Amino acid sequence: MPGITVTVNGKTVTREVEGRTLLVQLLREELGLTGTHVGCDTSQCGACLVHVNGESVKSCTMLAAAADGAQVTTIEGVAGRDGTMSVVQAAFQEHHGLQCGFCTPGMVMSVTDLLRVNASPSETEVREWLEGNICRCTGYHNIVKAALAAAETLRAGQPLAAE
Amino acid sequence: MAKDFGIGASSKRREDKRFLTGKGRYTDDMNKAGQAYVHFLRSDMAHGRIASIDVSAAEAAPGVLKVFTAKDFEAVGGVPCGWQVTDKNGEPMKEPKHPILAEGRVRHVGDPIAAVVAETRAHARDAAELIEVELEELPAVVDMRAALSGGQSVHDEAPDNLCYDWDFPAESKDAVDEAIRNAHHVTVLELRNNRLVANPMEPRCALGEYDEADDMHTLWTTSQNPHVIRLLMGAFVLGIPEHKLRVVAPDVGGGFGSKIYHYAEEAFVTFAAKVVGRPVKWTSDRAEAFMSDAHGRDHVCKVELAMDAEGNFLALRSTTLANMGAYLSTFAPCIPTWLHGTLLAGNYKTPLIFTNVKAVFTNTVPVDAYRGAGRPEATYLIERTVDKAAREMGIDPAELRRRNFITQFPYQTPVAVEYDSGNYNATLDKVLDASDRAGFAARKAESASRGKLRGFGLAHYIEACGIAPSSLVGALGARAGLYEAATVRVNPTGSISVFTGSHSHGQGHETTFAQVVADMLGVPEDSIDIVHGDTNRVPFGMGTYGSRSLAVGGSAIVKSVDKIIAKAKKIAAHLLEASETDITFENGQFSVQGTDRSLAWGEVCLAAYVPHKYPIETLEPGLEETSFYDPANFTYPSGAYACEVEVDPETGKVTVLSFTAADDFGNVVNPMIVEGQVHGGLAQGLGQALMEGCVYDENGQLITASFMDYAMPLAKDLPSFVVDNSACTPCTHNPLGVKGCGEAGAIGSPPALVNAVLDALSDYGIAHIDMPLTPSKVWAAIDAARPAAAAE
Repeated sequence: MPGITVTVNGKTVTREVEGRTLLVQLLREELGLTGTHVGCDTSQCGACLVHVNGESVKSCTMLAAAADGAQVTTIEGVAGRDGTMSVVQAAFQEHHGLQCGFCTPGMVMSVTDLLRVNASPSETEVREWLEGNICRCTGYHNIVKAALAAAETLRAGQPLAAE
Repeated sequence: MAKDFGIGASSKRREDKRFLTGKGRYTDDMNKAGQAYVHFLRSDMAHGRIASIDVSAAEAAPGVLKVFTAKDFEAVGGVPCGWQVTDKNGEPMKEPKHPILAEGRVRHVGDPIAAVVAETRAHARDAAELIEVELEELPAVVDMRAALSGGQSVHDEAPDNLCYDWDFPAESKDAVDEAIRNAHHVTVLELRNNRLVANPMEPRCALGEYDEADDMHTLWTTSQNPHVIRLLMGAFVLGIPEHKLRVVAPDVGGGFGSKIYHYAEEAFVTFAAKVVGRPVKWTSDRAEAFMSDAHGRDHVCKVELAMDAEGNFLALRSTTLANMGAYLSTFAPCIPTWLHGTLLAGNYKTPLIFTNVKAVFTNTVPVDAYRGAGRPEATYLIERTVDKAAREMGIDPAELRRRNFITQFPYQTPVAVEYDSGNYNATLDKVLDASDRAGFAARKAESASRGKLRGFGLAHYIEACGIAPSSLVGALGARAGLYEAATVRVNPTGSISVFTGSHSHGQGHETTFAQVVADMLGVPEDSIDIVHGDTNRVPFGMGTYGSRSLAVGGSAIVKSVDKIIAKAKKIAAHLLEASETDITFENGQFSVQGTDRSLAWGEVCLAAYVPHKYPIETLEPGLEETSFYDPANFTYPSGAYACEVEVDPETGKVTVLSFTAADDFGNVVNPMIVEGQVHGGLAQGLGQALMEGCVYDENGQLITASFMDYAMPLAKDLPSFVVDNSACTPCTHNPLGVKGCGEAGAIGSPPALVNAVLDALSDYGIAHIDMPLTPSKVWAAIDAARPAAAAE
């Protein structure tokens, strides 16, 4: 089994993994980071979305071995060390952008990535960006609202994330 | 002015932080020491006889602990059905056994044949591939009409594939027939309510554990009602008494009905954990969810609406074929009957109504309640028919509705239920105003200038929620009562633990219920903890479905808080040396009327547990109360929805431009959460109307078993919604005056959208298109109508 070294939420870990082990399995089953969820088998729902070297990746679609040497950020690494939620997390709470919470980690990671590449998205741009994330509870209305509100807060000068 | 705490405040959800920071506790997040994993070998054939199963190679495979087949379950029961419908001849419905693992025959794609328990998920999955199953294919029963017309049967007990044949109300049949025969005009519509898959984002998961030391079984499961699972699985399947069986439903990632039912996998892991002496976990993948979660809807209907020359409704007759799938799921028989037939008056004073429902077994996944359950089917058939009638009669659709609205309450319908309150004109006024119907003609002209077809659609709905009075549902065939339980425990220092039988899987009970208690007691919301989802912590419960949590579960909490206040007043009277009748309680303060003597909440709570100067013979120490609340009636939320669409005649693509909802939910505890519930319901309803559809081919193969094949609505498919719930008529029979809001959006939105699309297509003379209105279907309808339109 190949040995891999990954930096997850700033912490470097080394593990031996089977070749077929997915990144999401490494995160959930080996590292106990259960905030990253699995909602489908076809890379459509986005519940497993994490950042690998700063970019959105569906961790159900990446082999753990392929993440060797990478910097991975999961939902557990988004809030500040003192527990203060990031601007995006806080906006989701403020605007009721979550209900059952299952798609939420992926949504937060995805919106965080969006606001990194586009500081002033339109509603249409937010909706288009989220095509890789499925939510069954909110009808997206409040997720979109939260994303737009977070963008506004960021433009007012707050940092994007504690990560 | 908006309140900042308690009832009526948009309190931010206390649940959110754990979900937003990755600290939710879902069933699959839990792992137990020594845990093994199960993989189910499922049938890839819709219907077949199991000639042989050879598990020897699988049992010898690495990591395998045991391979189970039906033989291992000979001593246990099948998955029970919780509702018995009696058919029109007075006979009970046909109720074939639903085994844990297939016995002799497989009856749908996904029917579990064998189960491998192994050290790891991968070991179990690998070994399952080594099981040799010889299946002799039988003809698949897929289409409901064909199922009823003889030939192959799904179960020997139901040779004609008929589960029941139900007339309702039987005594109205002749009068309805006559009214239709003699009417000025009868609008006829045949339609299909498409089969759906609930698809909560969290797939089902079950983890069983057995503790030999105290003979205790524990099941962690993705359930909307852990106590019901304990009852069904303990009493009917495995024979485990309640005190030896704990069922926990921790954070659950959405349900929408699909997690109400007791499933075979739950019984399997509970049973297997004892057999192999290790905790056993099963986590569904999405493909497995498509072929094992109960599906929803799947009705084929014919509707006839009789009117006089002014468009007054005289009679409604419907016939429905309702798909039950291969086995009866927990609530399946009651969905097309008591949750559908009883809603056929809709918002209208139609004096005569009759329906016939035939429930049909097919070689498909069992069908049961999905968000709305029976009521969306009733609403869809009424509101589509009313719209068609308006067109045929040349009456404006809003005007035709107004002409027939029920305006006096309480109102006894001809289909057994009595509506307690409502104001349908008020919601209609609001929706017409908020959607700017007056400006529609100009918008339509603007669309036309771009070659697009614009349409405006209306729908009204009524639903029966707050399920339900036990005496009533008992008479209708329910095998359980549908009350709710709540314990309110006031701790010595005044903090409060509320134990509720309702279960939250996205609804925000931890916030809303705390608001109710805080409001009643005048204490801070954060001094109140809401405990749910664990049969060892919560005394009893019937769970969350049918928009019942606040109306029934919340009422049980109110009842307990009332008792707490009554007892606390007694304690305060004693401490203040006053008569109990002179004690007032306001804003967390107990006072002697007309004096300046008072005690704070915390002082009375402490005295309850430190009863040093206490009349022990007349007053018990402690401050904890339990109540069971059984509702007097259903609640009847209602509303008016407006949808505006644009259709591209070149491609058939439908774009939802706006959606406006005006709902009457009675009183609202947390407006933010209620609006969120409506948004979610609308998305599911629009999903049904636009793109979702579960499809079997003629061999019973499930064609749509992934998110690649089953279209889930995405953010880009939907608009932002306009939601209003200010037209409020409180429920008259529960203490909070609340009606329930969870299902409304999914009930009212499909007909609004379809009516809008058909309005857009009105120039083509297209009377109906069955859901989902995919581009290909809409385009085909336009294409077929073109010669006619061109000839005019």
